[in-house]
Amino acid sequence: MRIGDAKQTYESDEAIWTTATQKFWFALFLLALLVFPLLANSYLLYLGCLVGIAVISTTGLNILTGFTGLISLGQAGFMGVGGYTVAWLSLNTGLPFPITLLLAGLMAAAVGILVGLPSLRVKGLYLAIATLAASVFLHFIFAEWEPVTGGMGGLSLEPAHLFGFTFQSDFRMYFVIVPLAVLMVLAASNVFRTRIGRAFIAIRDRDISAEILGINLLHYKLMSFALSSFYAGVAGGLFAYFYRVVTPESFPLSMSIFYLAAVIVGGMGNLLGGILGAAFMTLIPEALKLLTSALTPFYPNAPVFMSPMLEIIFGALIVGFLIFEPHGLAEIWHRIRRFFRLWPFRT
Amino acid sequence: MDWLFFGEISLAGLAMGGLYSLIALGFVIIYKATRVINFAIGEIMMFAAYLFLAFAGGMELSPWIALPLAVLGGSILGGVIEKVMIRPMLGESPIAVVMVTIGIASILVGVVELFWSADPQLLPRFLPREPVFIGPLYLAPKIAYGFLIGAAVLILYLLYFRFSRGGVALRATASDQAAAYSMGINVRRVFNLAWVFGSLAASLAGVLVAATGGLSPQFGIIGLSVLVVVIVGGLDSILGALIAGVFIGWLETVAGAYLGGEYRMPATFLVLAVILVIRPYGLFGTHEIERV
Repeated sequence: MRIGDAKQTYESDEAIWTTATQKFWFALFLLALLVFPLLANSYLLYLGCLVGIAVISTTGLNILTGFTGLISLGQAGFMGVGGYTVAWLSLNTGLPFPITLLLAGLMAAAVGILVGLPSLRVKGLYLAIATLAASVFLHFIFAEWEPVTGGMGGLSLEPAHLFGFTFQSDFRMYFVIVPLAVLMVLAASNVFRTRIGRAFIAIRDRDISAEILGINLLHYKLMSFALSSFYAGVAGGLFAYFYRVVTPESFPLSMSIFYLAAVIVGGMGNLLGGILGAAFMTLIPEALKLLTSALTPFYPNAPVFMSPMLEIIFGALIVGFLIFEPHGLAEIWHRIRRFFRLWPFRT
Repeated sequence: MDWLFFGEISLAGLAMGGLYSLIALGFVIIYKATRVINFAIGEIMMFAAYLFLAFAGGMELSPWIALPLAVLGGSILGGVIEKVMIRPMLGESPIAVVMVTIGIASILVGVVELFWSADPQLLPRFLPREPVFIGPLYLAPKIAYGFLIGAAVLILYLLYFRFSRGGVALRATASDQAAAYSMGINVRRVFNLAWVFGSLAASLAGVLVAATGGLSPQFGIIGLSVLVVVIVGGLDSILGALIAGVFIGWLETVAGAYLGGEYRMPATFLVLAVILVIRPYGLFGTHEIERV
């Protein structure tokens, strides 16, 4: 049990890990991530990769929506930009994956800045609808710009490669996706210890007050858009490498809503929440699939009800969390931690 | 250019736009009274249309009994949604409330798929079938009669808001909640009433639109077109909803006929983007001034 925090410098208060216990658990977690692919079967590996991609994209959206307060319905569109950039580059240039992923992120960031431009004039729901318009245009471009995007048929690409080594299996992709996810989440948590991240939070809390405090609204809002779409672009690029095909239907509007839901269910403005939300929302359909296959011997038409039930559960999770647990899974996590920290004095 | 063809397409588009106006009216009523952007409006329409299918197709009632029943069902759904899921969100950030309506939309899609499967369905025909000619221009009868019914209800709504006690209460609440409350208006009931009336308009339009174009769980996509309409017209302007509805319906149909179906959404969203940049609060909306 821990009694109190005796911090003597501002740096130690701002540190990501404040206690040795936290460092220990984090090291253990990293070790678990490393050992996981050696023990897991191919299905679990596939899920691990999916969660990794979702974590990157959700963290990106969390920066924009959770920390800067700018709601975006364009996340899938930005991921699409990243995915198509990777697909096109790998088909036409054969660059290794670190470069294509970086370019995918930068490309998405550029599009993000363009989409974010109206954010100084419009905000709140109007901005959400502006990003919705952007995702409609992006979908249109993906479907119609045939020479580059391959039209409705999309593009198929080669597996990711680096120095002649190809990442064609889920096992190998895991070692691309998960370290990148860890790295990008750590980078995001560092952003919020700098002036930039603080400016984002100030804008979320009250943008006019932030402007009076000397924060250049357009500058920082666009930076938030760029950063968030960079994450989305990298996630989209990994998505392309993982499935090795991108089509306009790979990045539907429902995907944007999925990521918004992940941010909300996890906890807005909380990076840990984003991770929990991404994992939770990715695994829910799989859990339902397991349940369905377990029920099929008793109710032969259980699979028919699976897809509608998924829609209902998805919606009910969004509504339920917003009404009953607005701070999301992160709050539940903190409650559990508090319980152990204060035990046995408070039960 | 074939002017006859253009005229016929435009006419069909304008009639479709009339129905958009009706849906947008339902949207604006809810927004004006409760400040909630209702992303689930397309799904409420869909739900009412499926109710109509159940009453007229499944239970084989006469369509003219099924139609009011379905519309009633849709309005009750709106009232229940407000009571159970929107009321607890009072005072929360608009983003959270919007996400709740998105969640509701997802639930409704799931429920509909559960009961009626995901396959597209055709509604029983109930509108007259003889072709309609306006001058030399042909207009599909389904669209023409749908437009007439929609327009009639729209006029009833406008009269109701102008003259009835409930309409005045609604407008008073929209302009100042606290003042309305202190004048003895039951603001909570007005919130509920707004959802019931908004969903009523949407439900009726839902049945009429589904009667012309078929019905599937993806029907709610039409909500996106309505979103464009209300943003272009101004979220809190009934006049704006009417004008923008007709215009967007026309634009969508013309773009679809001349450029191809894939251009329908980009064309309307282009108008939306331009409006957002030039007049963010819409053509007729109130410009909100924000203070710290």
